[in-house]
Parts: sequence; C-alpha cells; structure tokens
Amino acid sequence: MATYSDVICPFCGCLCDDIEITVENNKVVNTKNSCAISRSKFIKNDWGRIIFPTINGEPAPYEKAIEEAVKILSSARRPLVYGLSKTDNEAIREAIHLTELVGGVIDSTTTVCHGASIIAMQNTGVATTTLGEVKNRADLIVFWGSNPAEAHPRHFQRYSVTPKGKYTPNGRSGRYIVVVDVRETRSSKLADQFIRITPNSDFDVLQALRALVRGQKLSVGEVGGVQINILEELADRMKGAKVGCVFYGLGLNQSEGRHMNVDAMYSLVSELNHHTKFACNPMRGCFNVTGANMVTTWQTGYPFAVDFSRGYPRYNPGEYTAVDLLAREEVDAALIMGSDPASTFPLEAARHLSKIPVVTLERKETPTSMISKVVIPVATSGIETDGTAYRMDYVPLKLRKVVDPPQGVFSDAVVLRDIIERIKALEVDSI
Amino acid sequence: MRSLIIKGGYVYDPLNGVNGEKTNIYVCDGKVVEEIEERDAKVIDASGMVVMPGGVDIHSHIAGSKINSGRMLRPEDHRKDVVKKTKVTRSGVGYSCPSTFVTGYRYAQMGYTSVFEPAMPPVSARHVHEEMADIPILDKAAYTLFGNNLFTLKYVKAGDIEMLKAFILWLLRTTKGYAVKIVNPGGVENWKWGKNVGGLDDLVYNYEVTPRQIITSLAKANEELGLPHTIHLHCNNLGVPGNYETTIETMETLKGIKPKPGRKTTVHVTHCQFNALDGDTWANVRSGASKIAKYVNGHEHVSIDIGQVIFTDTTTMTGDGPAQFRLWNLTGNKWVNKDVEMEAGAGIVPYTYKKENLANSIQWAIGLELALQIYDPWRVYLTTDHPNGGPFTFYPKVISWLMSRASRNETMLEINKSCMKRTTLVNDYREYTFNEIAIMTRAATAKAVDLKNKGHLAPGTDGDISVYDIDPLKWAPSKYRELEKAFMLAKYTIKGGDIVVKDGEILSTPQGSTYWINSAARNEDELVKDLEADFRDYYSINFRNYPVEETYLPRSYPIKLEAV
Repeated sequence: MATYSDVICPFCGCLCDDIEITVENNKVVNTKNSCAISRSKFIKNDWGRIIFPTINGEPAPYEKAIEEAVKILSSARRPLVYGLSKTDNEAIREAIHLTELVGGVIDSTTTVCHGASIIAMQNTGVATTTLGEVKNRADLIVFWGSNPAEAHPRHFQRYSVTPKGKYTPNGRSGRYIVVVDVRETRSSKLADQFIRITPNSDFDVLQALRALVRGQKLSVGEVGGVQINILEELADRMKGAKVGCVFYGLGLNQSEGRHMNVDAMYSLVSELNHHTKFACNPMRGCFNVTGANMVTTWQTGYPFAVDFSRGYPRYNPGEYTAVDLLAREEVDAALIMGSDPASTFPLEAARHLSKIPVVTLERKETPTSMISKVVIPVATSGIETDGTAYRMDYVPLKLRKVVDPPQGVFSDAVVLRDIIERIKALEVDSI
Repeated sequence: MRSLIIKGGYVYDPLNGVNGEKTNIYVCDGKVVEEIEERDAKVIDASGMVVMPGGVDIHSHIAGSKINSGRMLRPEDHRKDVVKKTKVTRSGVGYSCPSTFVTGYRYAQMGYTSVFEPAMPPVSARHVHEEMADIPILDKAAYTLFGNNLFTLKYVKAGDIEMLKAFILWLLRTTKGYAVKIVNPGGVENWKWGKNVGGLDDLVYNYEVTPRQIITSLAKANEELGLPHTIHLHCNNLGVPGNYETTIETMETLKGIKPKPGRKTTVHVTHCQFNALDGDTWANVRSGASKIAKYVNGHEHVSIDIGQVIFTDTTTMTGDGPAQFRLWNLTGNKWVNKDVEMEAGAGIVPYTYKKENLANSIQWAIGLELALQIYDPWRVYLTTDHPNGGPFTFYPKVISWLMSRASRNETMLEINKSCMKRTTLVNDYREYTFNEIAIMTRAATAKAVDLKNKGHLAPGTDGDISVYDIDPLKWAPSKYRELEKAFMLAKYTIKGGDIVVKDGEILSTPQGSTYWINSAARNEDELVKDLEADFRDYYSINFRNYPVEETYLPRSYPIKLEAV
C-alpha cells in the first residue's frame, strides 16, 4: 500500500492539488480531500477500461492499429483532430504537430464550451486574476450562470466563498455572495443574494448594470425580469466592493447572444476598475481545456479552431470549428482524443462523424469509440501518467502519476508520437 | 567531429579587442578553437563580410502567460504575417506576438543566438519554461519577478537581508530563473487594490515599505550574493510625463550599493525610453533623454537598454498592471489585466506608434538619444522591449538609425514637427561603428548577464557566430538600406557549431540551453519553514506543487554561485 499526497485531481478546471491517494495493488482504494466527482474518477479509474486496440471492432495488435491510423490520417484530404481538453500539454503538443503534418484542422472542446468567451476576449480584452487573489482579497463574489456547488464542488471552499486569506480573515462572513441565474440552483441557495433573470436576458441586464455603474439613470421599471432598484443596488455594491470577482459559466455564454453576453460582462468588469478592483474568470470545465487553449496559442497563435490546410495556421470560429466542419460534411477523417463528440455534438455533426473513418484514443467505451474504425486505448492522464495541466486561471501544474496504466497501454503523447514518426517516414506530400 | 572554418571575414570581437580584422574563426565540436586543419573542416567563405559573435538579447518578452495572452488576444496581428512549414521548420505566425517556433527562427535569421525573457511570474514559471522548450535554436534564460512578491515585501519590511538573500536563491532555483527582475516596485502590489505608487517614497499598503526600500534591499542582496546579472529594473512611473526624474532618483539611490567583485554596475534600468519623459502632461511632454544620458555618463554603476520605439502596430505587455490600465484609458483599445497571487501582475494593450503623433515621435527620438548620447556602448544595449516598443524583427532598422545619420534623417523628416523642438535628436551627428553595434548587441549584453562563453570568440567559447553579408570597408552611412537587409537575414548563423541559417534560410533547429541559478543559502531551512506557513494560508496551490521540475528544461544549464 502506498499513499501519495498533494496529488492534482484531473477532473475539472479547479485542479485541486491537495488530494491524498491510497493505492493498493496498482488500484486507487481511497482518496482524501477529494469531492464526490474526483473520488469517483480516481476510484473507478480501472472500471470498464479498453485494454487492447481494435480495428473495425476487432482486436488488433498495437502496431497494426497505429498503421491503420497512419493510413487513415495521411490519406485524408481534410482530417479533423478534436478533443484535447482531457489530456496533458505534452499530448496536446503532439496533436498539433500531427495536425500540421497532415494539413488538417485541430479543435478542442472549447468550441462547444468557452469558445464564445475567447471570442469576447478577442473583442474587448478581460480583467482576470488567479484564484489565490480572490481568496486573499475579494469581498464580493458574483456567480453568473454558473453552479459551482454541482459542477466545481470545491471551488467555494478552496477559492471563492469560505477560505480565509491574507486580507479576508473572516472567510465566508467577510464576503457577500451574489448568484445570478435563470433558476434556483444549489449554488444560489448558499448565496447572500439570488437574482433571477429571465432566460436569454443576460445581455440586457449586463448593459443596464454597465449604465448604472457609469452613473446613468434608467427610465424603466425592470430589465430582464429584475426590478431596477435591485440592479441599482447591485451596481452600487460592485462599485463599493474592496475587490470583486465574477465567476461565470455556460449559462452566460451559451444563452442567446453568446459571445456578445460575455463581451458585455467583460466590458462591465473593465468599467468597474475605474471605481475599484474587479476581475472576471470563466469557470472552465475539463481539467486541461485551458492548457489546450494555451498550447495551441503558443504554437499557432490561435486558441482553438486552427486550420493547417494551407501549410500555415488559420483561425476562424464558425469556419474551422469542429461542429461546423462536420455538419457541412467537409472533413473526411477524424482523430478524436479525450472527448465524446458522437454523444455531445448536434445530430448533423455526429451523423457525419459516423460516416467517415475515425481514429479514437480512449480509456473507456463511448458512443464515439463505438463508431470508430480504429480505437487505441490510452492511459489516464493525471492518474496513470505525469504531464502538465493549466488550472482555469492559467496556473500551470504538474500532474502526478499514482498507478501504472494497464499492460500495453500508453499515454496519449506516446501514441501520437508513434503516429507522427510513421507519417514523417511516409514523407507525405503536404508541404 | 564537426568542424567549421569561417574564413576571411572582417571579425568584430570587441571583448577580445578585435575590431574588423580580417581573420579566420575555427569551430570544433560546438566550441571556438585555436585552429584546425582545413581538410578536416567545412569552410565558409566570409570574405567581404562581417563576422560577429551570435547576438545576445538581454530583454525580450518571448515566453510565458503574458505574451501568450497577447497572442490569444490578437488574431488580427497574426493574419498579416503567416509562416508556412517547411521540411525542417514548423509553421506559425509572426508580427508582434510571434508563435514560439517562429520566435526562434526569426531571431536566428537575424544572427541572434541567445535571448532573455525578462518577466517570469513565479507561480506560472512552469508555463514560461514550457514555451521556452518550444522556442528552437536559441539559448534562453528567464528573469524571475521579485519586486512585488509577498516574501520580498515581508523581508524588506523586517530589514532581514539574510532571509531576503536566502529567498532570492530559493525562488531562482524553484522557478529555474536567472536574475532578479523588479517591475514598478510596490506599484503592482498596490494595483491589487486598484491603486499605484507615484514615487520612490510612497507606501505599499499593509507593508509600510517604500519602492526605494524594495529596490535598495534587492540590489544589496543581489550584489552580496554575487548573482551574474545586476537587478533588472523596470522603474516606477513608467509612461508618465516627467518620469525621468524618478528614473534618475532611482539610479542615484543605488549609487552607494557595493557591486559584486569584478563588476561596476549595481542596476540595469530596462527599456529606459519609457522612463525618460520630461514635461508635466502629454500636452507638453518632451524628451528627458539628455538628462538621463548625462547622469549615466557620469555614473558607472548604471547600465540601460533603450526600448526603442518603432512606428508600427504592436502589442504592449508589461508586468506593470497600473501602467497598462493608464494606457487603456488613453487609447480605449482592448485591455487585458492579469493579477498573479502574492507575486505579480500583468497588463496587455495593443498599440500603434504613429509618425504623426507627437508623443510617439518623441518616444522614438528618446530611444535614439539615449543610445547616441551615452558614450559607453558597454552600458547601453539595443532592445525594443519586444513587443512593447515594437517587434524584435525591427532590430536591423534600429541598427540603421544608429549607424546612419542619413537613415535617422529620413525618418525625422516624416515625423511630427514639434519633435524637433522637444528632443535634441537633430543635433546629434554620432554614428555607431560596426564595433559599437557588436558591443551593444552581443559583447556587452553577454557580459552584463555574465555568460562567459557568449558574446565573444576566444577559443573555448560557444560556437555561436553570425555572418552578415555586408562589406564594412565599402559600406558608407548613406547605404543604410543595404545594412538593414544584411542584418535582417544573416548570411550564416552558427549555433553551437551547427549551421542553423544559411542565406537567411533555416537549415536546422537544434534545441538550445536554458540557464538558471542553482544555489541555496545556508539559512534555507529557516526560510522554508517561514515560506511553508504562508503558502498554506495564502497561496491557492500547495508548496510541494510549486517548484518547476528540471524536466521542463530540455537542455538544462544550472549555474552554481561561487560566493554561496
């Protein structure tokens, strides 16, 4: 039996780094400090694993599977590489290299998640902060369209609501918590104030708040179902905070208005910095979706939806985003890693995926693996391999391996490198 | 055995007193050697060309969370400058926020072989190293941010120089950093409350220490430790008219610090152009460069780099959050602010320097005035504070302005007229020589960071060499366009004995080394106890997950300090 402390949880964007793991016979038997989701990921790590590669559903040796993957990717005209967010930076680097080699398009789950936030950031910029600053200084926290109590269970405790920091000695009682959402949630029940807005009215409410922060009077009784005096009070509260932070979720950027909603939020928060200190952070879901954006950005200049078909990186969400490419039936092969688009994508996109040859790097059977021509099992990033991941606030952490992967199963990075080596040897004429 | 002879070029090797002499350089197994047999070696014909040690850039934002946020912020910047992959190179984008691969290629194409990233926030040091690992060819190092760090402030307040010294060594080792970087000391901490400091004697909230105390304590500790580089200082009041006074006051306050043995400087004031403004407002702003130059000429404890402004669209990014906030208010461009817990912060604002804009014209002149009026090229270095003053790819343009009055004249005639009155540039007829350029772009910078095997070509040094296709005997300042062309695309760049560039084209992409300080103080146990307690209470990550593992440095080059 071995115990590991300060282990980083590879589940959500919080990357809690204080997990204690007990391992017996190469199996995680106990966890400490972890939330229910994290505990389940560690304990059930070995459940239902794919342990050998398959081609057309038939078991195949690793070498054969790699060969088949190479054939599919190198002969495709417009291959798509998709996923990335549940693996480490080391693998993401290889995935980008591979995409460049075959002249394909690479996209991450950002595309169906906080892609809209990135587009907004590219329009207006954003005032942001690492989570420790929030813990140490913030006395006003606004959760907008996010529900950390269920999606990021330890966020309240470690970063945003209850922790005592350098200038927040009273923890929870020194902070005022506001939740803005279209319905009551477990998070809203823990807040000091819950503001319910009409679905799809985020943009209106944010613009109204922005006007109020600027000291303008509004001649309407309510905006987005909220009495104007409540918004006035919130605007004053924001301006009067010592340090404030908004944590917003997909409730904001997936409702009508999408990146324009986030744009309005970022503009409001920037505006607030004329009065006090305010920041705004997206609640990222997958544990390394931030890393996927970061690596893609430093290697290509762009955070997601990058097309290499012309030999250099191009970026255009809507054109080179995975859902759109698939729905337009533009791609003729795909490599999927750390994601299950067959079950999460819209029907037209998923349908096209089932018509083209797909190579999937996966740990467990999923709808995507079931429609794949080639399935190559991989190690669990952050449990069975080391690697780097970025927390939702861009803080980089080194994941820690605690158990060995099943016999003959390698990390994403190793599998991708094997594919790359063989494709290089082919000297595909794609330059 | 890989051997090279660079034959018959005009060699500029100022550290060894070689000033344009026609001589051969021999390289064997990656090092410069006395001599080798010609039949054993590959011969490069450099006759009629300039040969220099590989360029060493002392200050350029090439890696880490700041430049990467800049990249993410600006797709419009990338679209005008795309780079295709080749058989040996990766694809990418260029202009003001180049991708990592392109950063390596373009520096090498200009004959540069070592570049220093000047602002590494400790908690995201891992990110800096991940990006540096993806910058090919170049040798690199990063300066760790100290000036607003919780522990710096704590030990400065306590007046505990021994703990401060122990902390400096611990943090450099932990982050794999090379030097002590200070950005707007005290101001960045106050910015966490939405405030700033306005001068050397303002107070930092909750600590009751002043910027003056922070700077002098860090400089003293730095020199007592004998670190290879002096403190690397981004002064208070950056970008504020009248700030030249703060800059001179800062230099003056460091006059009394005793430099480490073998060195005369105690401070490097970086991108000095941004801190050399005279006047009270942007309306009556004028150049304070002459006053700073006069001070530097009279005081040998100061070195600077110029932070030259280029008339182009670029992306400003500094660890100075409040300065970037000011710039956002001035421009209304998009603005990114990033606060980093307990340590640092950063801001990013895209910016276009325009010739018709008076302030920009003055800024352009200030950089050149500093370079022309400081007479010791060993203490004034060429930078654009990439990408703040402009992209590093404009260095050849800066060299042409420095070497040719005619080149300056051409630009002077295009810029805002009031610049003539408000700067002294029109009076200056000095023209840099090739030797002086070799000093300010490699010999002096290598010496300033004390990399003994860089910046010169004595036997035993690293085989980092650049060959530029320009004949110094036939060249005249009127031919500045040829000069720009030659420095833009080196005829040859040799890195560690490998030909990495030929005729401006990348031939190979070896992995460069990363230099870092690997030393510990005797009182480190006591320090770590203190750090652990504060980590538990105030950081959002655990102490054990903080240090950057050496595996992040594909070619790690640790340096042990002699004095410790």
